[in-house]
Amino acid sequence: MTYALPIILGLLFGFALNRVGATNPQNIINMLRLRDTFLMKAIMLGIGIAAVLLFGGLMAGIVDPSHISIKKAYWGVLLGGALLGSGFAVAGYCPGTGLGAAMTGRKDAMFFVIGGLLGAFVYALIYGAIKDTALFDKVLGGAVTLADTGNEKSVTLMDGQWLGLVIGAAFIAIAAALPKRIL
Amino acid sequence: MPKTLPWLAGGILLGAVFFLSVFLIKPIGVSTEFVITDGIIWNAVNPDIVIADEASKSGYSSPNAYLNSSDGKMAKAIENPVSYGMLFVASLMVGAFLSSLLKGDKPEGLQKSMPEVWASRFGESKMKRYVASFAAGFIVLFGARLAGGCTSGHMMSGIMQMSVSGFMFAAGAFAVGIPLAIILFNKKHDTE
Repeated sequence: MTYALPIILGLLFGFALNRVGATNPQNIINMLRLRDTFLMKAIMLGIGIAAVLLFGGLMAGIVDPSHISIKKAYWGVLLGGALLGSGFAVAGYCPGTGLGAAMTGRKDAMFFVIGGLLGAFVYALIYGAIKDTALFDKVLGGAVTLADTGNEKSVTLMDGQWLGLVIGAAFIAIAAALPKRIL
Repeated sequence: MPKTLPWLAGGILLGAVFFLSVFLIKPIGVSTEFVITDGIIWNAVNPDIVIADEASKSGYSSPNAYLNSSDGKMAKAIENPVSYGMLFVASLMVGAFLSSLLKGDKPEGLQKSMPEVWASRFGESKMKRYVASFAAGFIVLFGARLAGGCTSGHMMSGIMQMSVSGFMFAAGAFAVGIPLAIILFNKKHDTE
């Protein structure tokens, strides 16, 4: 197991989160209340660029499809996303930006991280009681994608990799078109 | 380099990091390490929570159903804490710290305890902000674990790979996050 990759990529990611302003909860809250969407534009542009590079790279044969990792779709993803969204709006932090923000000297982020450790622990305690409920029923077959990644562990709803390029390009276009202030 | 990059430069930087991760090894993810950290503490208090188990594919199992899920993958990471994920998250923290030292975003004064938008809406009580942040952290990580990932793993990594789960997660997060932030922070008649 090589230590260089996670260290280099982690340093880069943490640096990037701080530089794009994502470790500042003011920017997250202003994004969510549609007052200043520069961070939303950056995130959508980032997703779009990454998607275009990824699917372009897959088509050109320079990206290894085994590096792709698709998480299962189930109803808990939607509910979990909604729960995360509520805390995201109150605190202005998500798990990664909260950890980064705590390191820049934000004390509220430290409380967020401690609360997060407890929330994750409580989830681990109750998982056994909820794991057989409809929350974990697969949606559209589970590990599915909208475009073919060529990855063996997931399936695609639509043939071809071009759709990945198109949706990626759409994200870039929306990022550019999104007004800075909506409300 | 400015304190906070404009959206164009920031987006290019984020896109490059997320692509580079998949190109070199695998997608970025953060929230699993919260459970692994819990597990490390739990295992230190109660060593029976992770046990070596030859019958398990990972070589480890746990009496806790969650740590035992996916063939004891998390149990293994608890027993071997110097893992890819833990190094990545530790480095993320160092990276954010270094950026803040190198003229990146760094809070001053009251911002060390709360953003201005919070203070103007809920006042300058630090205790109030800390309690709210703690509760929000609890809900965010509970939600992220239920979803199987967070903003990094589901939203950014998921959508860039065209994963249906990533779109679902983002839909849930913004369907609640946007209206709640508007209700909480957009006062009538305020212009700033």
